[in-house]
Amino acid sequence: MTAWFAQTWPWYVAGPIIGLFVPALLLTGNKVFGVSSNLRHLCSAFLPSKLEYFRYDWKQTGLWNLVFLVGIVIGGFIGSHWGTPHDIAISSQTKATLQSLGIHDFSGVAPKELFSWPALLTLRGFVSVVVGGFFVGFGTAYAGGCTSGHAISGLADFQLPSLIAVVGFFAGGLAATYLILPRLL
Amino acid sequence: MLVYLLLGIVFGIVLTKSEVNSWFRIQEMFRFQAFRMYGIIGTAILTAVVSLAVVRKSGVKSVSGEVISIPSKDFGHGVRYALGGVIFGVGWALTGACPGPLFALIGNGLSVMVVAVASALLGTWVYGWLRPRLPR
Repeated sequence: MTAWFAQTWPWYVAGPIIGLFVPALLLTGNKVFGVSSNLRHLCSAFLPSKLEYFRYDWKQTGLWNLVFLVGIVIGGFIGSHWGTPHDIAISSQTKATLQSLGIHDFSGVAPKELFSWPALLTLRGFVSVVVGGFFVGFGTAYAGGCTSGHAISGLADFQLPSLIAVVGFFAGGLAATYLILPRLL
Repeated sequence: MLVYLLLGIVFGIVLTKSEVNSWFRIQEMFRFQAFRMYGIIGTAILTAVVSLAVVRKSGVKSVSGEVISIPSKDFGHGVRYALGGVIFGVGWALTGACPGPLFALIGNGLSVMVVAVASALLGTWVYGWLRPRLPR
């Protein structure tokens, strides 16, 4: 009999835990929960540049967040080795739609047809990983935040820029899902 | 610093165990074919709103002794949030992961996501390069 927390966590448990990161980080050191700024810190730390955007003391503003980021990787490792492996129970509608688009591997967290080293040599794999990654990096930098920074921290603080960003996130995501994916997969 | 490492570890575990890091879950979300991701994001926002209000009302200071405050984002013309948001959204749907999950996936063992991160860093760098010419 496996404990509930070794299996997939329900949304009403995961959501509140994620939300609690806002006060937790504020109470620890007045830090605003937001993961994407790490991309900027990593560029600033490792890519020597004259660009103004990267000229700041990343150790002072971002070291806590980079440490947090390392934690995420470790947590990802722990989480993936905890509990019995199983297929992700996605909705049958989604599964059917994805199958009709050519996705047949539902055994992991992401389909091997798109997310694997061999797939990187295919157009759809390349677009999903490299182009997708580029857009994530460019978009979060331009918008000044991602789901943690804008959707959770920003909206929790009732900031209008974050609301606009979140609407943008969904507009972009829907456009990619309905306009790009059918042509790509 | 250890605290931030521990919090990060918890976050990585949550993202993994709740399957927020799954491309399949993001597809479900953008196709409106499951409540799950909306439930997670919705309750996360609600929890954050309530707990933030409680923290502010109580006047408690951070462990580091500072007064708790979240800096207001500069609105500018709002263009950066709309345009940047849309661009990120496209990337989010394509990779099935936003920044946190990208790193959690690497921890999960999906090593090809290192390429996604490298590409994301390139994207951030290109933004830095184009920034003076982009509408804010």
